[in-house]
Amino acid sequence: MSTTTPPSNTRAGGTDAPGNPDVSGVDLELVDVLKRYPGQKKPAVDGLSLHIPAGEIVMFVGPSGCGKTTSLKMINRLIEPTSGTISIGGEDVRGRNVDQLRRHVGYVIQGGSLFPHLTVAQNISVVPRLLKWDSRRTSERVDELLELVSLDPAKYRDRYPRELSGGQQQRVGVARGLAADPPVILMDEPFGAVDPITRQRLQDELLSIQEELRKTIVCVTHDIDEAVKLGDRILILQEGAQIAQYDTPEAILAAPANAFVEDFVGAGSTLKQLSLSRVSDVELVHPTTATVGERVAEVRARAEANGDQAVVVLDERRRPVDWMWLRELAAADTVRPVRDDVLTLDRRATLNDALDMMLTSTHGAAIVTGRRDEYLGVVNFTAVTGHIQATEQQLAEGRAADATAGRDDAWEGGGA
Amino acid sequence: MWEFIDERKAQIAFSAYQHVSLVLQAVLVATVIAVVLAVVVTRFRPLEPVANAVSAMGLTIPSFALLGLLVPLVGIGVASAFVAVTFYATLPILRNAVVGLQGVDARLVESAHGMGMNTLATLTRVRLPLAWPVILAGIRVSTQMSMGIAAIAAYVLGPGLGQLIYTGLAQIGGANALNSALVGTLGVVILALAIDALLLLLGRLTISKGIRA
Ligand SMILES: Nc1ncnc2c1ncn2[C@@H]1O[C@H](COP(=O)(O)OP(=O)(O)OP(=O)(O)O)[C@@H](O)[C@H]1O
Ligand SMILES: [Mg+2]
Repeated sequence: MSTTTPPSNTRAGGTDAPGNPDVSGVDLELVDVLKRYPGQKKPAVDGLSLHIPAGEIVMFVGPSGCGKTTSLKMINRLIEPTSGTISIGGEDVRGRNVDQLRRHVGYVIQGGSLFPHLTVAQNISVVPRLLKWDSRRTSERVDELLELVSLDPAKYRDRYPRELSGGQQQRVGVARGLAADPPVILMDEPFGAVDPITRQRLQDELLSIQEELRKTIVCVTHDIDEAVKLGDRILILQEGAQIAQYDTPEAILAAPANAFVEDFVGAGSTLKQLSLSRVSDVELVHPTTATVGERVAEVRARAEANGDQAVVVLDERRRPVDWMWLRELAAADTVRPVRDDVLTLDRRATLNDALDMMLTSTHGAAIVTGRRDEYLGVVNFTAVTGHIQATEQQLAEGRAADATAGRDDAWEGGGA
Repeated sequence: MWEFIDERKAQIAFSAYQHVSLVLQAVLVATVIAVVLAVVVTRFRPLEPVANAVSAMGLTIPSFALLGLLVPLVGIGVASAFVAVTFYATLPILRNAVVGLQGVDARLVESAHGMGMNTLATLTRVRLPLAWPVILAGIRVSTQMSMGIAAIAAYVLGPGLGQLIYTGLAQIGGANALNSALVGTLGVVILALAIDALLLLLGRLTISKGIRA
């Protein structure tokens, strides 16, 4: 099954033919790539061949030391392969000056790896400066990128990395990788060093950026859930960078190619399906909302009519700013938020993420936002369990159909 | 003592100027030599222990001995003094520059390469700015030390406040001998403190706010 063409994917990347005008990425091709470090008997990467279609996110996963980082770094020649060829957009990477090549391949590593002596703006401008962009174009680009990664340019442009949180540093790291609009971006455990909620945020942001930009992204991760969530395809590697399976997340979860993959993705694939389903796949509920500055009396009346104990408070651009219990409203005449950071879920977040957030929320549910953080509704536990049950049923029917019809058809569109 | 100073204001001021000028020039040249050496040394790892040993051992050579060795080579006078001061000034800076460059996170260097900076750009835009606080600390130590060594170098007729000290010591017991030695010594101390303050200020101005302690 893993040898057949994977079912086309409806998420960010899709499997459009190269040349699709919306795709700014290019194809990546590895042929028989081998890397033997000096003094080692076994190659760290032993004949890896791989095609990565333009505009897709491919996630490299596998046990520690299996050669993920080595494979990644050979793409921008931070490590030179012992043999084999790698081409980007059909062009052999060795055909180009190595520094020129790297200026056109984004590179993002764990923690952002920002230069501590440079400001945020200077960090992001590194590659544009190397490419001799004029300063006007560079500074416009810096602001554009900061907006893209949800950092207010006026506030963060002139800060130094040590004045940023880990998540913010990582965002700047991503912005820096995107700076010169490279068609290919390499990421090595980009979200490895941040807490789970921030990580989920960053993942959602990456998906939203990718939806717009359609780069070719190669991303190494340890976390199979992250791979399932972000990847248009997942490359599961064994020691020596041997391909265990290379397919869409749906296909890998539904039909692991062998025992190694099965072990690696973990048992209980129904629950893994939680990483495949997006919040946007389940039905949201719509509790009472209020706008900042509205009269409390009116809001209270509305909430009581709806039988709600709490209201979601939105700002003038319909972005959630707080989720207040009615008793918290009592103090003032008009609605004013009491917290300054309400946790929300992007609609691209997985049900896995949603459950995580529900556990930490006093409301036992999570606010969902869409484009530009606009409020969409609330996802609650009932909706998620309902979805799990429905999926389970589908899987059971799928298995039944499998028995009669043969697996390949049964899994067409089976995931999610 | 005030009388002594008052009578020789111009001469003392000139000596002080010469002293400072000798030290600053020597330290400047030493900094360039030390940083270049450190860059070479950190590029060829096996050289690192060699450099550390040299900079540790070099400082144990008595300065009189070195001056004695230099005189036949470069003659008596400013040149000998300059070479000797530069030699000593190089050692602490070399040591700190090696430590500073080694201390730069390898991942930052790799990041720089990964973004398409060549070796030179990585050195000037990433490695040196990050190592600079440590290098500057070496420069401060070196400058303090050089102020003293320059005084000793006056023995080979180098310029500076050292001459006042030697004159004083040579005429011990005579009128103004003590004044002369004292003024020379205090002059060196005061100038050393003043220059250190200036170097501190230089640090304020040149060390990025992002890495300042
Ligand atoms: N510079 C190096 N010199 C020698 N051996 C190396 C070097 N870098 C990596 N290796 C070896 O090559 C193999 C693959 O390393 P690599 O860093 O690619 O693994 P990885 O899959 O990224 O692991 P991890 O998940 O722990 O980051 C390992 O066995 C490692 O010990
Ligand atoms: Mg790795």
